[in-house]
Amino acid sequence: MKIFIWLIVVLMLGLPVQATEEVLSFENEAQRRLYLQLTAELRCPQCQNQNIADSNAVVSVDMRQKTYDMIMQGSNRGEVLDYMINRYGNFVHYQPPVNRYTLWLWLAPLLMLLGLVGLQLKRRQQQANEPLSVQPQPESLDAELDKLIEQYRSKK
Amino acid sequence: MRKLLFFMPLALFLALASFLFSGLFSNPMERESVTTNKPLPAFNLPDLMNPEQRWQPELLLGETFLLNVWGTWCPTCNAELSYMTELKQQGVKIVGLYYVLPADPMLGERFDLTELQLDVSNKLQQQGNPYQFNILDFERSLALDLGVSGAPETFIIDSLGIVRAHHIGDINPQVWRNKLAPIYQQWRQQDGTKP
Repeated sequence: MKIFIWLIVVLMLGLPVQATEEVLSFENEAQRRLYLQLTAELRCPQCQNQNIADSNAVVSVDMRQKTYDMIMQGSNRGEVLDYMINRYGNFVHYQPPVNRYTLWLWLAPLLMLLGLVGLQLKRRQQQANEPLSVQPQPESLDAELDKLIEQYRSKK
Repeated sequence: MRKLLFFMPLALFLALASFLFSGLFSNPMERESVTTNKPLPAFNLPDLMNPEQRWQPELLLGETFLLNVWGTWCPTCNAELSYMTELKQQGVKIVGLYYVLPADPMLGERFDLTELQLDVSNKLQQQGNPYQFNILDFERSLALDLGVSGAPETFIIDSLGIVRAHHIGDINPQVWRNKLAPIYQQWRQQDGTKP
């Protein structure tokens, strides 16, 4: 039992050594936040659907380094994004701009909503125009029903 | 109108199914390069074999050529060496851009030029040497400026230093015939006709 506890203690000692991360120092909090934001929304050109913060592809490492260098040299968000988009295209940013290729991505849901509203309005109108088709019940049917109900009541 | 509505779900299903089906055969790695039709970015990098020699864009002009991004660490690059050597024998000028992997200090690695030179000359002796010379991009700065996402990649640069094509992946007979040769021939023919 004792040796078991020791084993667990030894295993736990190993954990903090595992957590190696690149350590970057920034001059202020705003720079750090900008770096984290940019590396989260820039997309790795090599790997499928990973941002450069998550990816260890060589190109992502280089793009992270470039982002860091540019921020430390005082570039703002737009300048870093322009730099990357000028080299890797709009593909590299997770927020594609509205242009003639991407316009329908924004318009399609709107058009669908308008279409559904139109359809619903049309149906309402049709229902309002139709005459109420409640036909009067014949007397004999009422009488027959009364008789049936009486029958069931008397059984109990 | 009712009949039309009845077939609507089927039509929608078929449209969606054919859209998704075509997606199965699309290449997710393929995308349009934004560095084509722009001049070579500025650089000043050493020659791989002879680091005294520095290469700049102006020194590469005058003839349409292929700029091939490669490294001995990349199996696909090694596989395309022999076919590119054939192209060289047909008179195609090919310049190598050596893509150095970042050394991992955790594994005790460091950049050693002599070792790299030995490795490269061994590899080229085995597989064939398609290159006129190799530019050593040891910090991958030119690669980043060209929008390189990995190796191998190949650019066609015209005699005025304008990038005319950007191919991601290896060069094989099919890619060369169908994609790159037409662009290469087009610009090769115009070599020397412009000032």
